[in-house]
Amino acid sequence: MAKKVKEKKLQKRGKHLGRSSGGNAAIWVVLLVAAAFMLLPMVYAVSNAFKPLDELFVFPPKFFVSKPTLDNFTDLFTIMRQSWVPFTRYLFNTILITAVGSVGCILVTSMGAFMIAKGTFPGRNLIFKIVVTALMFTGYVTSIPNYLVMSKLGWIDTYWAIIIPAMGMPMGLFLSKQYMEGIPDSILDAAKIDGASLWHTFWHIVMPLSKPAWITVLIFSVQNLWNMRASNFIYSEDLKTLPYALQQILQGGVARTGVGSAVTVIMMVVPIAVFILAQNNVMETMASSGIKD
Amino acid sequence: MEEKNLSKFEMWREMKRRSRRATWEQMKKCRAQYLFMAPFLIIFTLFYIVPVIISIVLSFTYYNVFETPIFIGFQNYVNLFLADDVFLIALKNTFIIAAITGPIGYLASFVFAWLINELPRKLRSIAVVIFYAPAISGQVYLIWGIMFSGDAYGYVNAFLMNLGFIDSPVQWLTDPEYIMPVLLLVILWMSLGSGFLAFIAGLQGLDHAQIEAGYIDGIRNRWQELWYIVLPSMKPMLLFGAVMAITQSFGVADVTMALCGFPSTDYAAETVVTHLIDYGSVRFEMGYASAIATVLFITMILSNKLVQKLLRRTGH
Repeated sequence: MAKKVKEKKLQKRGKHLGRSSGGNAAIWVVLLVAAAFMLLPMVYAVSNAFKPLDELFVFPPKFFVSKPTLDNFTDLFTIMRQSWVPFTRYLFNTILITAVGSVGCILVTSMGAFMIAKGTFPGRNLIFKIVVTALMFTGYVTSIPNYLVMSKLGWIDTYWAIIIPAMGMPMGLFLSKQYMEGIPDSILDAAKIDGASLWHTFWHIVMPLSKPAWITVLIFSVQNLWNMRASNFIYSEDLKTLPYALQQILQGGVARTGVGSAVTVIMMVVPIAVFILAQNNVMETMASSGIKD
Repeated sequence: MEEKNLSKFEMWREMKRRSRRATWEQMKKCRAQYLFMAPFLIIFTLFYIVPVIISIVLSFTYYNVFETPIFIGFQNYVNLFLADDVFLIALKNTFIIAAITGPIGYLASFVFAWLINELPRKLRSIAVVIFYAPAISGQVYLIWGIMFSGDAYGYVNAFLMNLGFIDSPVQWLTDPEYIMPVLLLVILWMSLGSGFLAFIAGLQGLDHAQIEAGYIDGIRNRWQELWYIVLPSMKPMLLFGAVMAITQSFGVADVTMALCGFPSTDYAAETVVTHLIDYGSVRFEMGYASAIATVLFITMILSNKLVQKLLRRTGH
């Protein structure tokens, strides 16, 4: 306890060392300008989503809404009710894919990461090297052969085509492994001496201790799956996802400007909300994210 | 006694055999561990390793999905670099985007992370969300399409016309002269991604006692602190951020397709990835598309290795 207090004090003093007030003011100015630039499109999207029709098409265009209304959101649900696959079906698909895929992703990558960080089996360093290499190229590289693999497996036009590959996220294994290396060996050895099985150790010791890591994996997984259009692998209308449906609405043209903004707001709220809720855990994990020599 | 008679070569062979047997024994002992590793390994192999291999193999064939692939040697690569003008444009655009948004996005990630770290705790959390939001908020970048819309309703046009800088609206997203700068702006706007998070976290994890010791040893301001203490101790995060920046900047496609159309005017926004999508998902020339994918793959891996080597050297 005393040590903690002392550390806090040290931190406080460390913060103020070598800081000129002119420099501080400059930092504030730079950050405010940059933040305004970053926020501009978001604020605009939100503002647009609450604009009534006449304000959307006023000339010259106005940035902020003056008489906010919920019309665009109610219109969105009206349009969606008229489409031949109900809106709730798209919503259900995306929620299902996001939920199952993310839980699976956490389980699969954590198990793998646990073994690479703490296991003794030959070949684990090689596996980790390959995983790090996989961080270095985009998914587009493998998009065509992925289709071939899917069709060989008979997964085209099923949920599996989206859910299963998402579980093998290299970034998930990488982050969890880096974090789990910080778990002291003594705890695991003690469990072993007590006769705990590998699964027991994993589930009751490693997972609780690496909560920040898997919450981070959860965030990245949710971001990925929530925005998944999946038009490559899925053809049936009733298996299609929310981003796909929303894209269709946006393609309705100028008349859908207001509804389109409502859609954009719905899509952006979820990942940002999840991130805000989990921010502290994410920071703790990313602190161990480095690539060591 | 017997071992004395063995020749050097046989001794070497015996050693090899023993170490192989030891490895095998070790592997058998670790059966449970392999079981644990299996789900990830299977999925990762199926959807990451196998596709890369298939892609490389297919790049030497003519393949249109319906007939069996025909081996044609290096023909795809020859066509790609000698006969496909659009690919060369795509390659040029990709390198421009990567060379500008990669380093600037990387630097911006670090600079903003460093500046945000100076804020009080509550404000810091809010600032992190604001700066990170563009990278995670799905398709909000479409808003830039409205801002830069080519008619007088576009905000940028309206703004510039009001101020009298221009008389008639500029076709920001269809005039090849303006496409690239607008794209670069939008890509930079969303470039504070996971690298940025790693930097913030790394900065928060710095050892304050070490910084204080630095001040006792003669460091006088935040710049020296940054240079002599912060940067060296953040090297692993800097490497991670570099990998993320390179992967992002070479993979640009969604933004260009959404904002500038597909294909874009005079291919001014064509990138290697959009070219790949064109041949893979529109024309179904899978062999050719695989050659494009392989070129992209090799380019990304090589630039990653190169940048890592450079970054590693700077600290010494």
